[in-house]
Amino acid sequence: MTRPPRPPRPPHPPRWPRALLATHTAAVYLFLYLPIAVLVAFSFNRARQTAAWEGFTLSWYGEMLRDERLLGAVRNSLLIAALATALATVVGTMAALALAPAGSRPARGRRPTEVLLLLPVILPEVVMGAALLTLFGAWRMRLSLVTVLVAHVVFSISYVALVVRARLAGLDPAMAEAARDLGAGAGEVFRRVTLPLALPGIAAGALLVFTLSIDDYVVTSFVAGVGATTLPLYVYSLLKAGVTPEINAVSTALLAVTVALIAVAHRLLRHEPGSAG
Amino acid sequence: MAEGSERDGGAAAARRRPAAGDRGAPAGAGWGTMALALPAWLVLGLFFLLPLVLMLGVSGAERGVYGGLRPIGDLAAYLRSGAFLASYRQSLQALYLGIAWRSLWMAALTTGLCLAIGFPAAYALALHVPRRRRGLLLGLVVVPLWTSFLIRTYAWMFILRSEGLLNHLLLSTGLASRPLPMLYTGPAVIVGLVYGELPFMILPLYAALERLDRTLLEAAADLGAGRGAVVRRVTVPLALPGLVAGVVLVFVPSLGQFVVSDLLGGAHTMLLGNLIQNQFAVARNQPFGAALAFELTAAVLLLLGAGARLGGAGRKTEGATVGGRRAEGWDLL
Repeated sequence: MTRPPRPPRPPHPPRWPRALLATHTAAVYLFLYLPIAVLVAFSFNRARQTAAWEGFTLSWYGEMLRDERLLGAVRNSLLIAALATALATVVGTMAALALAPAGSRPARGRRPTEVLLLLPVILPEVVMGAALLTLFGAWRMRLSLVTVLVAHVVFSISYVALVVRARLAGLDPAMAEAARDLGAGAGEVFRRVTLPLALPGIAAGALLVFTLSIDDYVVTSFVAGVGATTLPLYVYSLLKAGVTPEINAVSTALLAVTVALIAVAHRLLRHEPGSAG
Repeated sequence: MAEGSERDGGAAAARRRPAAGDRGAPAGAGWGTMALALPAWLVLGLFFLLPLVLMLGVSGAERGVYGGLRPIGDLAAYLRSGAFLASYRQSLQALYLGIAWRSLWMAALTTGLCLAIGFPAAYALALHVPRRRRGLLLGLVVVPLWTSFLIRTYAWMFILRSEGLLNHLLLSTGLASRPLPMLYTGPAVIVGLVYGELPFMILPLYAALERLDRTLLEAAADLGAGRGAVVRRVTVPLALPGLVAGVVLVFVPSLGQFVVSDLLGGAHTMLLGNLIQNQFAVARNQPFGAALAFELTAAVLLLLGAGARLGGAGRKTEGATVGGRRAEGWDLL
């Protein structure tokens, strides 16, 4: 991956004003994290209307947990995310396996497949949402959780394929060859060598898709019908109606879940030899 | 990152191919493996390619009285009359050109600011920070990408609104005598965009800077180049692929977005994304919305092509960096 550390070298010749750079970088981190920190802090603020600090409270969290529509939206989002993750992970992993043996077997139809998988990631989400809405309209399909699920699977497949493919490309082909030399059939090689080695990548892809699905607003806003409100759609409606401390509580809860997911993902990937990072 | 390992893997596989080839990979070559991509083709063909084709058709149709499409009697005559270009012609009206122009310069301004803020940070991370602390600091750039985009945008609503934190601070310190209108303005949209996109600029820049050969910098300095000259004539050219990737990664999504401008902007910050969304959700003018969507798509593909040409001499820029917008963040985690 990276070069081994260099032996001690003479003081860095292009001596940028280091202090200035360090200050700038610190300011960048402050810029990235201060807004989030403010959000979290003020979810515990007693004041309803102002940004003045009026004392600590957990009541916004209580309010959040009593909000039936919010809980319904969370249920919808979890359901969609779980189903979309399952479906997209299977389809995306299969596609990655089709593309994977980089250079070893010049398979026909690889280039078109690569383009097919790249397009959904490249095109603006607005375009994808509009196109799906056009399709559902043409088919006279009622907009519901089903159409939301379809949309989420469609934009997720590519991400799984990309992540899994990167992982597969980093694997040593000698492993599979060794297994073949030792008499394993194609199925066995796949089941006992390729799949276990690719598993962290597949898990990573699945987690990525789960967070993408939970977080998606743009595409969902096009294809969700009445009664198919997901969490981002509900949060968005709250934001349009005005700022309330309850939104801070919801945001904080979501952030906590995200950080937990990242920690899990980090553990999954950390001990991987030859990881892409 | 990903493309690096892929290249290595490919080369290694190519070297071993003769040995593996004569045994033959059962059900491997030709269409065999590609059959695994069949489900993806099925799903994306039906729910991605077909919708795009349908939408292309819709963009050539005329809006019906009740918001649907007007039936076309004689297709040949319709095509001859040139009526199928009506929506595209409509998009050239001054009002819409103005919106397109605003989208372009707002995306450009966002990209410029991200570059100005992100380059020094990426430089410091790649060349000054000790290796053992880089992982953590890089991770801290990636984490925001995993948190909800809506929530990160909301944070700025919370800060910038008239009863918000910033105004509260300004008022209580006496720097302002009445709340300043900051939310629902153009600058608020720019702040929100820069906030959301900055990591996408820092990550590829870091990747490129981290890879570059430091002896070249030393050589340039030895040969008498000053600080500025080293950065301008050695560092930047060598980091060009990362720079192009960052610019593309920030510019393209900024061009098509509508959430930030909808939440942080006001009546005067309508962008192309908002306009398209509006045609489908509110105005019920699907042909016009579809035409705009294809114009946006064309612009995006053009930009990506230019980016790939500029930054990716022999490297799969489009695939590994643009395609892996989120995936890239993952790799670096």
